[in-house]
Amino acid sequence: MRAQRAKGQHTMRRWNLAVGAMVALATTILVGTLAFAAPAAAPLPRDSVYQLSVPLTDQQARTADWRTRRGKPQLMAMFYTSCQYVCPLIVDSGKAVEHQLTPAQQQRLGILLISLDPARDDSAALKAVAVKRKLDPARWTLAAPRANDVRAVAGVLGVRYRALSDGEFNHTTALILLDRDGRILARTEKVGSQPDPEFIAAVRKAVGP
Amino acid sequence: MRRRLALLLLCALPLAGLAGVAASRYVGLPGGTFRSALKYEDAKQGVRIAPFALMRKPVTNGEFLDFVKSHPEWQRDRVPAVFAEPRYLSHWPTPTTLGPTARPDQPVVWVSWFAANAYCESVGARLPTWSEWEYAAAADETRKDARKDPAWRERILSWYSRPSNEALPRAGLQAPNVYGVQDLHGLVWEWTDDYSSLLVSGDNRNQGDADKAKFCGAGALSMDDRENYAVLMRVAMLSSLEASNATTNLGFRCARSAPRGNTR
Repeated sequence: MRAQRAKGQHTMRRWNLAVGAMVALATTILVGTLAFAAPAAAPLPRDSVYQLSVPLTDQQARTADWRTRRGKPQLMAMFYTSCQYVCPLIVDSGKAVEHQLTPAQQQRLGILLISLDPARDDSAALKAVAVKRKLDPARWTLAAPRANDVRAVAGVLGVRYRALSDGEFNHTTALILLDRDGRILARTEKVGSQPDPEFIAAVRKAVGP
Repeated sequence: MRRRLALLLLCALPLAGLAGVAASRYVGLPGGTFRSALKYEDAKQGVRIAPFALMRKPVTNGEFLDFVKSHPEWQRDRVPAVFAEPRYLSHWPTPTTLGPTARPDQPVVWVSWFAANAYCESVGARLPTWSEWEYAAAADETRKDARKDPAWRERILSWYSRPSNEALPRAGLQAPNVYGVQDLHGLVWEWTDDYSSLLVSGDNRNQGDADKAKFCGAGALSMDDRENYAVLMRVAMLSSLEASNATTNLGFRCARSAPRGNTR
């Protein structure tokens, strides 16, 4: 019943046929009121990565679906904390992007680093990196998905990886820019402290002047 | 002879439980150490394969139709674009019917990794890993590892030389391999769970000197067995795909891990 109401117009027409006029009228009013009272988010675009539900546990031990990041452009990358070589460069890259933005622009961009290694990257491990690299928790989130979700997250973000027998990961490195609805706007595989100019231009455009 | 039979039975019994109620659909494979045609720097002694069950045949159009009917979010007009590209199931006349270009007993193709993964989840299974697939596909009708046999290689290669615009045969027409699995070669390409772990550099002709800058860790994979073109082509194809991609000859089958206690 509740599900039918939420589906709106189309279901409602069928509903009207199926039940008496009084009930139909009441339902119509109810649905109308609900729709009016809750101008809830527009439907998620079909090409949004948030079509995939991904509960993430962050460096402050909070668990929330990444869908809650909708509403703000996001800079995302996949990494893991025990990585010795390229992964510190991913943090450098995120910082390099931030440095190209004004403080106001920085506030309008979320940064999310997603772990490939949920088995070891608990909130304490993630927090250790955040503290060591002096990452402002207001803007930077380091988080791990559930083990079974990693391949799918990597799938929507276009990241390839393989777990090695020594606990390291072999993976492609990419910074991915998402719009406020989770659509991929740009990506760069140039990581490090020298930002990719085209990517920076895309970030500036996404966060506005 | 009798002793050999007894031994066979001993091996087969724990695996029978693994296939469970869906016994006709899956077949159990024993675990073991397997030498991949790929050169894994971290597994020079071979890859450990735990016992698992694999579908005897690739998933068919008919089976996939049942799935999209019971899971309408996977119908081609409803699926989010991040999970499946526009050509997803484009060979079906409508989102919920089959037709001359998609017969019920042909393997389903034009499916994305996300869709294949969702299908397997819906039947309490998962996609096989690349190593499991390669291990099962190394066998022929009588041998667990036929890869060194030039005649076997030739047979597989002859399939790759057939044009892909011909209608697909039905699933399950080819003789089962020694494990009882059919159609690993000679019918369709197949998704694996970790297709995206096959990190092959765009230009990997310089064997062993791959583009190290692109990958964090050990760098791109290279081939240990360069004569094994059949595997090389599978790897090249899978490594070029994104999870939302679908192609005219890419299908899948599902696998199940052995329950705990069966993993000896």
